[in-house]
Amino acid sequence: MYLNQFLFLAAFLFCVGVYGVLARKNGVLVLMSVELILNAVNINLVAFGAFHGTVTGQVFALFVIAIAAAEVGVGLAIVLLIYRNRRSIDLTEADLLKG
Amino acid sequence: MLRNAWIIPALPVASFFVILFFGKRLPRKGHEVGLAAVGLAFVLSLVAAGQWIDRPATLLVEHGVTEHGAEAEDHGAEPAGGTDDHGAEPAGAADDHGTEPEQEEHEATLTAAAAVEEEKAEHEAEHIRAPVEREVTWYENGPITIRAGTHMDGLAVVLVVVVSLISLLVHVFSTNYMHDDRRYTHFFAALSLFTAGMLIMVTASNTLQLLFGWEMMGVCSFMLIGHWWEEKNNSDAALKAFFTTRTGDIGLLVGISILFFGAGQTFNIEALNSAALAGDISRGVLVAGAAALLCAVIGKSAQFPLHTWLPDAMAGPTPVSALIHAATMVVAGVYLVARLYGVFWSAFDIGDGGINPVALFGGLTILIAAVLAFVQSDIKKVLAYSTVSQLGYMVMALGVGAWTAGVFHLFTHAFFKALLFLGAGSVSHAVHSFDMKKDMGGLRSSMPITFKTFMIGTVALAGIPPLAGFWSKDEILLGAGENGYGLFLVVGLLGAVMTAAYMTRCVYLTFFGSYRGHGHPHESPPAITVPLVVLAVLSVGAGLLNAPGILLFTEWTDNATVLTAGVAHHEFSVSTAFIGSLAGLLGIAAGYAYYWRNLGPHRLTERSAGAKSGYRFLENKYYLDVLYTDKIVGSIKGPIARAAYWVNQHVLDGAVNAAGIVARAAGRFTYEVLDQKVVDGLVNGAGAGAEESGSALRVLQTGRLQQYAAFLFGSVVVLGGALVLFV
Repeated sequence: MYLNQFLFLAAFLFCVGVYGVLARKNGVLVLMSVELILNAVNINLVAFGAFHGTVTGQVFALFVIAIAAAEVGVGLAIVLLIYRNRRSIDLTEADLLKG
Repeated sequence: MLRNAWIIPALPVASFFVILFFGKRLPRKGHEVGLAAVGLAFVLSLVAAGQWIDRPATLLVEHGVTEHGAEAEDHGAEPAGGTDDHGAEPAGAADDHGTEPEQEEHEATLTAAAAVEEEKAEHEAEHIRAPVEREVTWYENGPITIRAGTHMDGLAVVLVVVVSLISLLVHVFSTNYMHDDRRYTHFFAALSLFTAGMLIMVTASNTLQLLFGWEMMGVCSFMLIGHWWEEKNNSDAALKAFFTTRTGDIGLLVGISILFFGAGQTFNIEALNSAALAGDISRGVLVAGAAALLCAVIGKSAQFPLHTWLPDAMAGPTPVSALIHAATMVVAGVYLVARLYGVFWSAFDIGDGGINPVALFGGLTILIAAVLAFVQSDIKKVLAYSTVSQLGYMVMALGVGAWTAGVFHLFTHAFFKALLFLGAGSVSHAVHSFDMKKDMGGLRSSMPITFKTFMIGTVALAGIPPLAGFWSKDEILLGAGENGYGLFLVVGLLGAVMTAAYMTRCVYLTFFGSYRGHGHPHESPPAITVPLVVLAVLSVGAGLLNAPGILLFTEWTDNATVLTAGVAHHEFSVSTAFIGSLAGLLGIAAGYAYYWRNLGPHRLTERSAGAKSGYRFLENKYYLDVLYTDKIVGSIKGPIARAAYWVNQHVLDGAVNAAGIVARAAGRFTYEVLDQKVVDGLVNGAGAGAEESGSALRVLQTGRLQQYAAFLFGSVVVLGGALVLFV
């Protein structure tokens, strides 16, 4: 087992997540892409922790998971409210803050 | 008291301030303060006089040692220098001397005695009382030390006594005379300050202090002559008195400055006198200084041609006239000559018997003023011209070398002239007028005390033995005759005849004939008559002080300057006395014949054109006032006014206008450039900048979430790249 295998996987997942965040119009999919980015980071943290033989990485990963859960809760609530108001979750249409 | 003589002038000064600040709240409106202060000053003066008389004669002075006696040149200055030494010491040392007066006398005796031994007593010498001088340092500036102090000798003591006595009597007189005056309190305040000015001047040890007192009197005379300033005439008279004396005062300032530098930077009077007598001051400087001082004397002592202010000064209240004419102000000039006699003696060669300016002005004044006294109808103006004439006597006496006679005449004249003025005040109190021809006449029965005292004053003034005026006038005539001034002897005799005649006229018009006024005149209350009686007694008795065989006055007033100069004391001469009293009697007889017996050329002015024009010439006072106001002042004031107008229009207005223009231009620049462009530009620029940047940046604000995320990601990539690459 080499460290770089995990790093490649994390980088791939991160890129997929970034693509999803920037390109998808569906709000739920954007949130799921954010989850991908966060889990890519978690893989990195756990991998480095294991590589160095400490638990710090795993502890950080646990914190990230907890915060990601809260974030998804809030994010889905926002998406739900947008849907109720507009009957659509297309993020390109939610541009009320246009200057 | 001689060492603490400063207390005497300090009392009226203090009284001035007390009256000024608290007078109106006091039960008697302030006059009690003035009376107390002047009364105390008089008592202290008497104490000082007593101490002076008791003072042992320890200072040895030789007669007639001036710069003319080449052999004794150094020596002549030494006795005076002996007393002067302690004046030049630091103040602390002078104060030490103050506790031991004997010590300084001792020193003076020693130096003088040593000098005499050296010279083997070639000259006639005499012991006199040493003057008491006490000085403190006023301020120091480099090598020049200016001192203030008192110099008490016989002359100063005599003047202090006379001034405080006359002032006291005038205060008493005024409490009644000025009773309902609206500025009663201020009147007494000014009276106090006036007295203080004279006392400061009389006790001064240096010329600066003398100048100080002199000017104080000038200011106070202005206040007092213009006391009833609501009437234009009175304020005009006050201004005239002030400006005329001021004209002369310039001379005093110039003269003091000249002598200060001429005598080696000293203001000390003793030092000036001895320097002048020893010939230490170069001839030209000395003459210039003395001439300048003589101008001051002419102004202040109302000598021809600056005598015109004095009769006008009658506009003031009568007690003021008495004070000005008898004891203060006008005798200041005479005192100045007497005090700085060494300077005048050397500068004008008074001892040589030629015509000199001092005697000349004095002699001219005697005659010119006496003639004018004949044509006055105002009783006070008669007395005013009489004063001018008598001052002429004093100045002439000093001018002909009869120093003691001049000072003695000052002394006796103070009493009978104060008496006459207060008498005139008493008369006017009764008839409410000063006009002899219109409102008086026949007052001898209704005002017996005033009449009797006035008669005594008249006879004293006319110089009838044995009253005061006779002795002093006789001494003047004697001095003029014996010192080789024959011309001035004749002038003096002529003056005596005229004095007696115009006083007879005055008495006739006031007290004899029938009453021409309105109402019922009555005798004045005691506050007025008591001073009259006191003065009458003195007018009778004061002359005996220097009667032949007694000669106390001469002994008391002798000082080093006079003796060193060689002023001669002449033996009483029966023939001069006889001629002098004959002159007085002649005048009285002429007046008696003209008015009582109706003899002589009455109504001459109506018959003869020449006499009429002469009369008019006299009535207009030789047209001197016209000359001064219309010709001299009139011709000067036009150009001065035009010049002042030109300066005003061109220089002052130019400056003001230029300032205005500059201010306007600066204002416009500030508004247009600084305010409008810089400040507003900054403010507007800030606003416009915010607007522009806002409208530029709003393009970025699309409201599209994913675009923001793209910017965020892009920035993180850039920052992360930068982190990897540069750190």
